[in-house]
Amino acid sequence: MIEIKNLHKSYSIGSSSLHVLKGIDFSVKEGELVAIMGSSGSGKSTLLNILGMLDTSDTGTYDLDEIRIADMNEKKAANYRNKFLGFVFQSFNLINYKNALENVALPLYYQGISRKDRQIIALDYLEKVGLKDWADHLPSELSGGQKQRVAIARALASNPKVLLADEPTGALDSQTSLEVMALIQKINNEGKTILVVTHENDIANMCKRVVHLKDGIIVEDKKVKQNIVKGV
Amino acid sequence: MFNIERWKEIIQSIQKNKLRTALSGMTVSLGILIFIILFGLGEGLKNSYSDLFLNEANNVIFIYPGKTTKPYGGFRTNRRIELKNEDILAVKEEFSNSLEYINPRLNASEPIKYKLESFQFTIDAVAPSNQLIEKHVLMKGRYINEKDIEDFNKVVVIGRLVARDIFKDEDPIGKFLNLGSRAFKVVGVFQDTSGDTEENKLIIPYTTRQQILKGSDVIGTLALTFDQSIGGSGAIKLSDDIKSFLKKRKSVDPSDPSGIRVRNVADELNRSMQFANVLQIIVTFVGIGTLIAGIIGISNIMVFIVKERTKELGIRKALGAQPDEIIKMILTESIFITGLSGFLGMIIGILILNSLDTSALQDYFITRAGVDFSIAFGATVVLIIFGIIAGYLPAKRAAQIKPIVALRDE
Repeated sequence: MIEIKNLHKSYSIGSSSLHVLKGIDFSVKEGELVAIMGSSGSGKSTLLNILGMLDTSDTGTYDLDEIRIADMNEKKAANYRNKFLGFVFQSFNLINYKNALENVALPLYYQGISRKDRQIIALDYLEKVGLKDWADHLPSELSGGQKQRVAIARALASNPKVLLADEPTGALDSQTSLEVMALIQKINNEGKTILVVTHENDIANMCKRVVHLKDGIIVEDKKVKQNIVKGV
Repeated sequence: MFNIERWKEIIQSIQKNKLRTALSGMTVSLGILIFIILFGLGEGLKNSYSDLFLNEANNVIFIYPGKTTKPYGGFRTNRRIELKNEDILAVKEEFSNSLEYINPRLNASEPIKYKLESFQFTIDAVAPSNQLIEKHVLMKGRYINEKDIEDFNKVVVIGRLVARDIFKDEDPIGKFLNLGSRAFKVVGVFQDTSGDTEENKLIIPYTTRQQILKGSDVIGTLALTFDQSIGGSGAIKLSDDIKSFLKKRKSVDPSDPSGIRVRNVADELNRSMQFANVLQIIVTFVGIGTLIAGIIGISNIMVFIVKERTKELGIRKALGAQPDEIIKMILTESIFITGLSGFLGMIIGILILNSLDTSALQDYFITRAGVDFSIAFGATVVLIIFGIIAGYLPAKRAAQIKPIVALRDE
């Protein structure tokens, strides 16, 4: 599903440049639930952004579902993001003047699906994350956990091949984090490929595979025994 | 351009961001409103000027005899100069190429009586060409004519207000008025758009008046009209020539500022028209200035709007919005708001101009304040176009920002 070879990325800060990713080789198969771990500055978010086509690499290759992602113009990248990728952010990134249903329906708008169909599909996904009754609430009327569930529903709405979650529990308390991780596990069990960036061990242990990043290189890549969240 | 789904997005964005919409809309509305009101008032000021100077024929030279202030040719100083009928003929002959009409004028002061009532009005004893020079418009009957001049007829043409005051509802034509001790037959009624002064006058033949004054051949002042094709400088030369011709004829020192005085309406009109043109330039500058202020205002608002929406745009891009789609969304919204509020401002501006109290404005020398619809429309379109350009640049930049950068924006 994802195939990365010898990926490099540096940022220029003033006159000096900061080498963030120093040759990443990495692959993910369909249906995996991968945690990318590392302390801050290890390059894990940069890696996720490149995987999500929100950012570009300097050198190296990236294939997503056997399609080479390189030197794409914004138009094509936008198209691929829309079709292949779903994003979940630490700060939710919901549009504050749209209600839950409209937020979930937004990626479908960019797929050119009619308003009526959008609403049916969006409501379906809201039901899936348990927020059908909150469809007409604005983000400001939802709790943190609810917002993240809306964001997950939105990421799923376009039926992407890969779900990318950047610290999805970073802004949530531990109980709510468990709820969100339970939802992620449930979606993964239905066959969706998911990558989760986190710096928390217990969150990482709820995934099936953990990749450790340190100073821009992968120092450890292991399958773990998944810690299943129950009873939520 | 028309995409119902995009419009739904835009209308939602407008509805949910009322403050932003109101701010940008108000900038445009106010800009165009102020433009129209200032421009309209400026036009009114200009109208007042042209009204003031266009009611007299503008190819007129007036000649006033006066008293000399210098001794000359054996005559002592302080001598009263009088123009006579023979002087008119001489001028007519000398300048026959460039003159159109000659109108001698005597002011007559006589008590006016109709039946048993007395009235007080100005009486002008003139030639028939007075009608053309003063732009008198006949309402009834006829004006004095050449035959009246030759036969010393006792006929009178009266102004509209004179007719109203003396005859009330009666038809004045054919009635007799007593001017002094003599009865004059009313042959016509005239009106004059320049105002009440002319319409409060009685017009009689100048020769009749001279005969009443015991066969005098003296005339008071002389008005001459000239062929307009000689142009402004030609008119000034002509008035100078007539002045020196008459001074020579009447033995007045050529350097005497008094004695014979000449007033050239064309010259005055030129000067006042220059003033009107300066007014026009000021009005245009104020208008352009207001428009520029409006354009700067809308540009600022657009930059602000796009900046405020950077994160939202980043989210939309992460969800698959293409750069084109982002630009179209921002642009359509900005066209919609600037267009709607621009025309709203235009309509309000025109309504305000039209509802202004005309007589109150007259006190400030403003007549028929108003703005040409095409100018109002043009200015509105210019503002909208600049609103679009002002929206396009930041929209394009926003569309090109990497989503990751936009998402980081707080």
